[in-house]
Amino acid sequence: MSSLPAQARVVVIGAGIVGNSMAYHLARLGWKDIVLVDKGRMPNPGGSTGHASNFIFLTDHSKEMTAFTLDSVRQYKELGVFTQSGGIEVARTTERMQELRRRMASSKAWGIDAELVTPAEVKRLVPFINEDVILGGFSTPGIGTVDSLRGGTLMREKAQAMGALIVAAGSEVTGIDVENGRVKRVRTDQGDIEAEVVVITSGIWSPRIARMAGASIPLSPAVHQMISVGPVPLFADTVGEIEYPIVRDMDTNGYERQHGSDMEVGSYDHRPILWDPDDIPSLEQSKLSPTELPFTKEDFDESLEHALELMPDILGDPSVGIRHAINGLLSLTPDGFPLLGETPEVKGLWSVAAIWIKEAPGIARCMAEWITSGIPEIDPSGSDIARFYDHQKTQAHIRGRSAEGFNKTYGIVHPREQWESNRRVRVSPFYEREKALGAFFFETAGWERPHWYESNKKLLAEYGERVMPRRYEWDARWWSPIINAEHLAMRDRVAMVDLSAFAVFDIAGSCALDTMQRLCVVQMNVPLGRVIYTSLLNPAAGIKADLTVMRLGSNHFRVVTGGADGARDKKWFIDHLPDDGAVQLTDLTSSWATIGVWGPRARDLLTSITDADVSNEAFAFGTCRFIDIGPVRALASRISYVGELGWEIYVPFEQGARLWDAIWDAGQPLDIVPAGIGVYGTTGRIEKCYRAYGMELEQEFNLVETGLARPQVKPQDFIGKEAYLKQRAEPPAAILSTLTVDDNTSQSGFKRFMQGREPVLSQDGKRLVDKHGRGSYVTSAGSGPSVGKTILMSFLPPEQARVGTRLRVEYFGEQYPVTVAVAGPTPVFDPQNTRVKS
Amino acid sequence: MVLAFIEHLNGAPTTLSLEVLTMAGRLSGEMAVPLEAVAIGPKGAAAAGIVTSYGVSRLHVGDDPRLADYAPAGWARAVAELTERVNPEVVIGTASDRGSEVMAHVAARMKLPLAANCTEIAPGDPFTVTRQRWGGSLLEEAHLKGRVKLLTLAPHALAAEASPSRTEVATHPFTPALDDKDFRVRLVPQVEADTGKISLAQARVVIGGGRGVGSAEGFASLEELAGLLGGAVGCSRAVTSLGWRPHSDQVGQTGMRIAPDLYIACGISGAIQHMVGCRAAKHILAINTDAAAPIVEQADYAVIGDVQKVLSSVNAQIRKLREVPVG
Amino acid sequence: MNVLVCVKRVPATAGHIALSADSQEIDTRYLGFTVSPHEECAVEEAVRLIEKHGGSSTVLTLGPEVAIDQLRDAMALGIERAILLETDGREWDPVATAAAIVEAIEAERAAGRSYDLVMFGNESADSAGYQIGVRVADALDLPCVTGIKALEIGDGEAMVRRQTEAGWETAELSLPAVLTVKEGINLPRYPSLPGRLRAKKKEIERIKPQWQDGGLEKIRLKLPVQVEHSVEILGKNGDAGAQVVELFQRLRLL
Repeated sequence: MSSLPAQARVVVIGAGIVGNSMAYHLARLGWKDIVLVDKGRMPNPGGSTGHASNFIFLTDHSKEMTAFTLDSVRQYKELGVFTQSGGIEVARTTERMQELRRRMASSKAWGIDAELVTPAEVKRLVPFINEDVILGGFSTPGIGTVDSLRGGTLMREKAQAMGALIVAAGSEVTGIDVENGRVKRVRTDQGDIEAEVVVITSGIWSPRIARMAGASIPLSPAVHQMISVGPVPLFADTVGEIEYPIVRDMDTNGYERQHGSDMEVGSYDHRPILWDPDDIPSLEQSKLSPTELPFTKEDFDESLEHALELMPDILGDPSVGIRHAINGLLSLTPDGFPLLGETPEVKGLWSVAAIWIKEAPGIARCMAEWITSGIPEIDPSGSDIARFYDHQKTQAHIRGRSAEGFNKTYGIVHPREQWESNRRVRVSPFYEREKALGAFFFETAGWERPHWYESNKKLLAEYGERVMPRRYEWDARWWSPIINAEHLAMRDRVAMVDLSAFAVFDIAGSCALDTMQRLCVVQMNVPLGRVIYTSLLNPAAGIKADLTVMRLGSNHFRVVTGGADGARDKKWFIDHLPDDGAVQLTDLTSSWATIGVWGPRARDLLTSITDADVSNEAFAFGTCRFIDIGPVRALASRISYVGELGWEIYVPFEQGARLWDAIWDAGQPLDIVPAGIGVYGTTGRIEKCYRAYGMELEQEFNLVETGLARPQVKPQDFIGKEAYLKQRAEPPAAILSTLTVDDNTSQSGFKRFMQGREPVLSQDGKRLVDKHGRGSYVTSAGSGPSVGKTILMSFLPPEQARVGTRLRVEYFGEQYPVTVAVAGPTPVFDPQNTRVKS
Repeated sequence: MVLAFIEHLNGAPTTLSLEVLTMAGRLSGEMAVPLEAVAIGPKGAAAAGIVTSYGVSRLHVGDDPRLADYAPAGWARAVAELTERVNPEVVIGTASDRGSEVMAHVAARMKLPLAANCTEIAPGDPFTVTRQRWGGSLLEEAHLKGRVKLLTLAPHALAAEASPSRTEVATHPFTPALDDKDFRVRLVPQVEADTGKISLAQARVVIGGGRGVGSAEGFASLEELAGLLGGAVGCSRAVTSLGWRPHSDQVGQTGMRIAPDLYIACGISGAIQHMVGCRAAKHILAINTDAAAPIVEQADYAVIGDVQKVLSSVNAQIRKLREVPVG
Repeated sequence: MNVLVCVKRVPATAGHIALSADSQEIDTRYLGFTVSPHEECAVEEAVRLIEKHGGSSTVLTLGPEVAIDQLRDAMALGIERAILLETDGREWDPVATAAAIVEAIEAERAAGRSYDLVMFGNESADSAGYQIGVRVADALDLPCVTGIKALEIGDGEAMVRRQTEAGWETAELSLPAVLTVKEGINLPRYPSLPGRLRAKKKEIERIKPQWQDGGLEKIRLKLPVQVEHSVEILGKNGDAGAQVVELFQRLRLL
């Protein structure tokens, strides 16, 4: 009874909300011959969509996730399956009230209508709430619920009506064939389908499906408990499914959502209950569905008590019973973000997984655009599946981080908060020495990197108030004034910074130059030994990567990029290598350890340990060469991300300790300080207004807007050139500007320090929006100890992007006066770059 | 000796009792022992005319007038006392409500194990039996011990099969020593006004409705079809739980077990617990929107579609057939 | 009045029963646990009796320690006390089960707690022996009716009704008595939140009865043989009307 075609252009595996949305958006963009397969039956094949609580809260601190959510709501409304109910996050603690103020700031930054409300106002909106246990609420009128099964069905039917889609329910995928690294065929128990593109939208089953092709989708199925309680007499006359706002009881990790005559109570409070994807029951083995597992009561009892406390009138009614209770399965990922994009392992095999109802249609649209043209409107980089290194795809990592992340679902998560599980996976050869110096380690991509050194505590006395101490615990969390002391010591003397987390790859081969020209915006045909700072663009000239390149041979380039971006950038390079193998990428990340040496005494230091001529004349800024440091042959590159004279020194990994000792010993007479990434990534960088990928640099803002457009455009073709030329011909819609805080003093009388992602407002408190509808927000924030100010970066509309413009920034419910210090890329510290070039 | 405990209605053995006689006959053959039967109540003697076709050599009739009406403990005392007296190797009864109840009392009284709802019985010491669990969706192989093996036979585990040759049946009335205590419980049939409705148990065609019927009101079309066919309406457990139909209409593991010529399952998904109740139907017609629903897989005939649409068409066509041509 | 209701922990089976590797039990990796629908109704009936007539209610089960879940479920619905006859997880046959229950009831009586009514489900959902209630009644010398679908309590007596193929039959019996209940006697309530939380905090009384060989010993479980089967699709929606009528005629129903 096989009705499967033998061939298709694209096979979408899994007909939940994501698969249906994908099929629709692909069809809308002109794809034909789409086949949607699912082992289950329509309209509810048994995945997480079938039991989702289907409500949508709008505000997330992540811009990307909020954008997906807002687009999804728009789509659900168009489909007629959205019911607006409003929603309130309530606080039981003062700490949570502060968090709600932070959520207000995020709402303003992303343009969502919301307000903080008093317990009495919450009571007016939700008459059955016990206002005595709450301190206030964060109310968003635009919140609502959706019928995700119906929404998915409508989208599927639209794609069918366009003649673009064949739906194959009851077809279980049994294999995926890969040929020459590219997906070739999907095997099912109902027949095989050859396809150019295969999209895995299989929710909690995604790891199993990906594994059939030798790819990895690092997610863990996890239990979310939910009960349905009713019939609630108050809801007896409700027309439709919801009349009262949805309440999120943030401090107890629970929610209460009306559903017809019932109240659904859900929780993220219980112990993390993770499932192995291989242990998920089959449709036949399941009582309800494979994602609705038997309820484990004892895990939920505490949540019951919390719910009863919050809504005693309706939930304490003895005639109101627990009519339905499940341990519902959903997907957790190691960092909490979805898993989107082509898998790095297999060309043509795409992952669209670990997605909630609230963001599914928006993500599907983005993914359809990405698959079709490579140009998604919303930048999905934060969710790019290529972000993971191999060690992050291990079960130990997936399970460890997913379990840790589960209870953060409603948590108050500090922007710098560190993970506890699976630490010390990647350590540099300097690790033991750093530990001995009291390094406080932050993790990036598995690397342990000193963020500051307790051994530098003595510098605090030396610099006094110049370290800009922070009085508020939140501002000072995962932070130390030692960072600023290290910064000042670097500017005065010399600092050594462990940069081994850099991702390093060589691009080499007979036409490596052509490849690099095609990928990079900046001219690559430079003299050997030059170091080039360049952007890489997508076809629409959105910024795909930002990195440095050393030209080591005529057809040999060494690419250095940030540890957090390395895996994603690597895929971008590999995707654009010529098919014939004439150019090869070699990943040297684990082969080279790196120490940065910067500060006015950096040359003195280097001179004392090498015979090489490191004078400004012999070793100019922006060049690199091998130098001998004792018995170690090192590659020194004279560039700086902190605005000081100095070098990045690369040595073979096993010789790292030797290099460290040489620098350390030679540095003693020069009063060298070890400095952490706090300096490298924030204070040093931000005083120099250097842009960082994922903060300022992303696909939604272009090079002109970010101030990275060079005076000339190279004659050679490169990806995104056409669009880039068009961008250059138009006045920018926004200009990346640097602002300084005029007065950090809050109403409490103490100073406060922004952390980034706060809304930038006009002097009368209005949101600034550019002509493309993009609001202004703080992309990076940090102390500038050398300028004595808090420095912020933000894209501002051209009218505001003028030096001296006075604006406001909202932080924890208060607005602080700020002034535009620089519009464009000029640094606020050492604007002439004399230090770097000295 | 194998002793079959048979139920009868005014002397006519019930269908399940004929099945018991068939199984008991096979056992007596295998064990090379005689087959005897016991019927309770003065009218039990009338069963002789039928049991003669099943190889029964002796029919014991507990004919004390107090045993005429059903009294579980009293009937059990009669069977137990007979058993002690005639000392059979096996006593086997039906797994009807009464059969199960009486045999449980017999077992309790005699302090012997009882294997209920057997489908296969292999003599030996101990006996090896196969018995139903979960309404028959699962089977258990078990050893049954005891000086007398007590069993009930699962309904429709085999077909009743009369032998062409008749045996000489000797009827042996007996009067057990009854105690007042044995009549603490008497079950009296409740006389109800005849509604003219055919009961689920007796109907040749049963129209069962599930959640897919849509509402309590939606059962009107099922009622109409039942009227047209002279059948009865049943329902699934989901429907009872929703309060659309009374529990007495429920077909399934915890409701009625039915065995009509045709069972029409309307908007019923076909969960095991439901199928247990209608498995004995000769034919099943499923009407369901989902072609992959379990009920469709287990049916003999199916219509894929909405219950109301299908039934309105079917009912209209039957009505048309019945129209008396004018003139 | 004092009511004891006896229940059994059983898996909430899915659309397809699978067996453990040794065929000794159902594969319950993906299943929740419950009591049989008959027993749910028995619990509900007990709660209603106490609500109406006053007195105390107790729930009892024989099973492994995890069967406490089912005791708490019953207490969440309004049963006051719970007794666990704790086993090592082995299956007990009906003779052994009934003996342990009888022993517990006698111990209760010795402790000054006697029951006017002992209730069971008509049969357990899993092993379905159809005999525990009768055996307990016999041992305690109490009158017993099985499979009741209606119950009224009068002055020291109970009026019960049960459904037969032909209609209904009734009985009256004096208390104390044993009754086994069938689904349909009532529509059980759902546990309330306060009920669940109350139940969670309650003590469970535990007794460890002695296992005995009752004479019925499980060897293994097996699944019934599936008969090859094909279905004839008569049509879709209203189009199938004629074919359906033709089928009725073929089966001589018209």
